[in-house]
Amino acid sequence: MSRAVESDLVERLLDGEHRALARAITKIESQSPGYRDIVSELHAHTGDASVVGITGSPGAGKSTLVDKLAKYYRDQGETVGVIAVDPSSPYTGGAVLGDRIRMASNVGDMDVFFRSMSARGQLGGLSTATADAVKALDAFGKDRIIIETVGAGQNEVDVVKTADTVVVLVQPGSGDDVQMLKAGILEIGDLFVVNKADMEGASRTVAELQEMIHLRDDPRANLDTGHHGADAFDDESADAEASDAPDDPLVWTPQVLETVATTGEGIDELVETLDEHRDYLDASGELAEKARKRAGEEIRQLLRSDVNRLLEAELDRRGGVDEFAEAVVEKETDPYAVAEDVLEPFRECLDGRDD
Amino acid sequence: MSADSEQRTIRCLIAKVGLDGHDRGAHVISRAFRDAGFEVIYSGLHRAPDEIIQATVQEDVDVLGISILSGAHNTLVPKVMAGLEEYGALDDTLVIVGGIIPEEDRPKLLEQGVDAIFGPGTPMQETIDFVKENAPERA
Repeated sequence: MSRAVESDLVERLLDGEHRALARAITKIESQSPGYRDIVSELHAHTGDASVVGITGSPGAGKSTLVDKLAKYYRDQGETVGVIAVDPSSPYTGGAVLGDRIRMASNVGDMDVFFRSMSARGQLGGLSTATADAVKALDAFGKDRIIIETVGAGQNEVDVVKTADTVVVLVQPGSGDDVQMLKAGILEIGDLFVVNKADMEGASRTVAELQEMIHLRDDPRANLDTGHHGADAFDDESADAEASDAPDDPLVWTPQVLETVATTGEGIDELVETLDEHRDYLDASGELAEKARKRAGEEIRQLLRSDVNRLLEAELDRRGGVDEFAEAVVEKETDPYAVAEDVLEPFRECLDGRDD
Repeated sequence: MSADSEQRTIRCLIAKVGLDGHDRGAHVISRAFRDAGFEVIYSGLHRAPDEIIQATVQEDVDVLGISILSGAHNTLVPKVMAGLEEYGALDDTLVIVGGIIPEEDRPKLLEQGVDAIFGPGTPMQETIDFVKENAPERA
């Protein structure tokens, strides 16, 4: 594939051609030849969209909520891009991508660009592919981009981290889910939404989440209390104001909201809070900081996969991993020795570079 | 056998168009495609041609499978084909139709750009092989 074809594709994408955007994402997703040139060219045109990640356990209502969010933004005249990530079978690589079914409010509206992606079993590659697809949507000119993923493992957590604001969706009465969240996802949420808030147990789930957020912020919260406690002697009204935490634009305390995605209840408030978080990111300089961190992570990730490919090629040159594995099983050698051996030429190459 | 071809995964959209509520066939084929290693996007029931067009264009699927058992294929399929053409997606999407399509209606559908029609009783493997052999290149 020639360079000219890629440039042409990028040009058509920037011109607003839907098919070109779709094809660019296909190339990104399948890492077909030339996809890097495409992403490189697109990079300069990115940075205008606000990116929200939505995660939560299966059945929490992510797709329905995304549908309603997209509708809200469309009603305001903004364009929307959605990337929905679903798991794929580790055995066949096949997948049924079902999130699209819920996009009922935006039927036939081409200005909602909805794209399903599967995990395709690529270690760490999914977050790279998602980040690149987001860039394509951004460069295309989408005002709002939503990434939707099942929050189950590290892979998915990495995916939502490509967003500026992360929303964690929880269903009422999911005590066990909340336990699960404690372990990993609680830390990444800027916003928690208890969906299906018309169900029994919703208020309890809200309370539990709030409690956990306070626990997570404990060290800082304690300091704050001490500080305000001292202030309180001088000026009681200031203290009263300070206890209503979110007034300070430079501090963000994760919010817990309630929605009923099927009816659209609570969507207004959600959008408002998302905007507040965006303002906070801007004002505190965290947006820029996040962008820097993300860029660094992208570089690392690319290097890792490139080096990985070099190593695979080297392994193949030496007769493939199976032969080594056989030797290891036969106790002729051990994994460490093999790794050392295969790595040797790379090390030699790099050793001289210090001088 | 480069790293690039390894990543190649066939993407399919299985679509139910119109007021036809019989989706067993669509479910069975979705599952068979998934087990064959394809990525399957299922449209859900009662979709308008516009939705199918939108999904086909945006998802950039290699294969669009339309399941129709209601007899409305002569009305619905042309609408989908015209929409695909409008967005430049007709040439590089393999369009297959499954369901109850009378023999006399087939030539017309094929003329409109449908690549194959699979009637009742078609062995699953036949459809899968057809897709594998004819899925367009996404270079």
